[in-house]
Amino acid sequence: MSFDSLAIDVKDLTKIYPGAVRAVDGVSFTVQSGTVFGLLGPNGAGKSTIIKILTTLSRPGGGSVRVAGVDVVAEPGPARRMIGCVAQQSGVDPIATGRENLTLQGRLYGLGGRRLRTQVDDLLERFGLSEYADRPARACNGGMRRRLDVAMGLVHEPHVLFLDEPTTGLDPETRKELWAEIFGMAAVGITVVLSTHYLEEAEELADTLGILDRGKLVAMGTPAELKREMHGDALRVELVEPPGEARVRSALSCLEGVCDIVVAGSGLSARIDPGTATAPVVLAALESAGVRVVSLTLSPPTIDDVYSRHAGRLLCGMPEARR
Amino acid sequence: MTAGPVASVVVQSYHLTVRDLRNSLRQPSYVLAALIQPIAWLLLFGKLLGPLLEHGSADGSYLAFLTPGIVAMTAVFSSGWAGMGIVAEMEHGTLNRFLITPVPRGALVTGRLTQQAVVVLGQTLIVLAFGLALGARFSGGVLILVVFFACVLLGALSVAALSNALGLVTRRHQRVLSVGQFLLLPLAFLSEIFVPRDVMPGWMRAVATVNPVNWVVEVGREATRGDVGWAGVLDRTFALLALTAACAWLSAMAFRHYQRQV
Repeated sequence: MSFDSLAIDVKDLTKIYPGAVRAVDGVSFTVQSGTVFGLLGPNGAGKSTIIKILTTLSRPGGGSVRVAGVDVVAEPGPARRMIGCVAQQSGVDPIATGRENLTLQGRLYGLGGRRLRTQVDDLLERFGLSEYADRPARACNGGMRRRLDVAMGLVHEPHVLFLDEPTTGLDPETRKELWAEIFGMAAVGITVVLSTHYLEEAEELADTLGILDRGKLVAMGTPAELKREMHGDALRVELVEPPGEARVRSALSCLEGVCDIVVAGSGLSARIDPGTATAPVVLAALESAGVRVVSLTLSPPTIDDVYSRHAGRLLCGMPEARR
Repeated sequence: MTAGPVASVVVQSYHLTVRDLRNSLRQPSYVLAALIQPIAWLLLFGKLLGPLLEHGSADGSYLAFLTPGIVAMTAVFSSGWAGMGIVAEMEHGTLNRFLITPVPRGALVTGRLTQQAVVVLGQTLIVLAFGLALGARFSGGVLILVVFFACVLLGALSVAALSNALGLVTRRHQRVLSVGQFLLLPLAFLSEIFVPRDVMPGWMRAVATVNPVNWVVEVGREATRGDVGWAGVLDRTFALLALTAACAWLSAMAFRHYQRQV
């Protein structure tokens, strides 16, 4: 594998915090140059820790990390020049102006002179920050501040940009604007690593997704691949009255291709494979067990289903029901 | 890379110092406090204690006696809260942002300390100007005055480095503030800032002898005398140098500790 095409190469990454907390536990993945990689997972899954290690902020306990071909542990200096980062917490200096924030950021990368001035002006323009260029950043609202954060991450034209939950707390409009920016970056060849707990965002933006749970990478692939792996469709049945759960289970559990049966109130959900062929069988079985049906919907797997399957423990609070 | 590692530390410290100073100047309450407090101390303590102690300095004026003391006190106190700046830097996320850039780690420390030194230098000049206007005289000559300035800065940097270390380890404004106050108030009062050594009780004299704040004051007092006791001045200066080095080392350790916890 050549470094030209691999922007990130992580092998057996481990991080143990004091108190023996395994924040990251044997994670391996690669990211192709110019693509968007999404790290998806519940809070505390290890997303931020992985980003901190990849951006040289935190040192790994074990494993190897290469960014743009550079070993970030052995050569943090050269690695830092390749990397831009927008941390989960804003890094904007609230007392300094937008221009000052951007200029200092450029200086810290050794830029200066006319080149830096032009670069700062361009970024202010591109991110719609001209109005705040010469006002203290604390005057910015959350969306503006986030845009300034992203602009600061780009001032030295990094090869790889890390965005740790970049749209958390933003209104939908600002979020969409930021998405457009992220697409734009990938289009000009910048590799983007994005962590998020918004499923829609991950599916929309990421070429490849990694799902993290408790420090382990539990699934990885393109959104389409991940959905295909779900085997079959989600079935939802609306019943006339709440059925006895035991009755429903005994009617359905013997059927082939039916799993993940959940009964809640007068609703019933299950995963069936193959979808269209199995649905009539389920209906017939329910009828013969005396369970009356109001409606039935069948939907192809969504990224929500994928997520619930791999990391759903924290989402639905039902330890085994969805597995 | 265009610059060598040392040049890079110097250049980046400069950029960070300029940024810190600019930010400080934008906070009017900070500027007012930094300028007015030392003058208020000089006048208040001068009026309060003057009538009791009109025999302290060579020419008998208490204000002349007090001026070098207030210089030392101002330097040490304004540096005692330096760690608050580091805590604010953590809260704003700027510290971590700086750590992700290739900026030399040393520049992050020296930048803050240089800013503190500039502030202390400004405060020193203001106190001296007021002192001179009110009758203080520095008869020891230029050289001892320069050494006094150096000792003021060394004292200030020691305290600032310790305060930074405290900020990096505790990450709390409140801790930096309370520990700073807890340590600095006694150090200020167990010194010759306000009273000459001969009116102190024996135990207090013993404490003052090993009190770094007092070393700065002693050098300052020498600057007011016609005949400077250089041997004592050099002892104090080297002691302050050693202390600054030790505090800088502690600060660097605290910085490593912070980086491990990120």
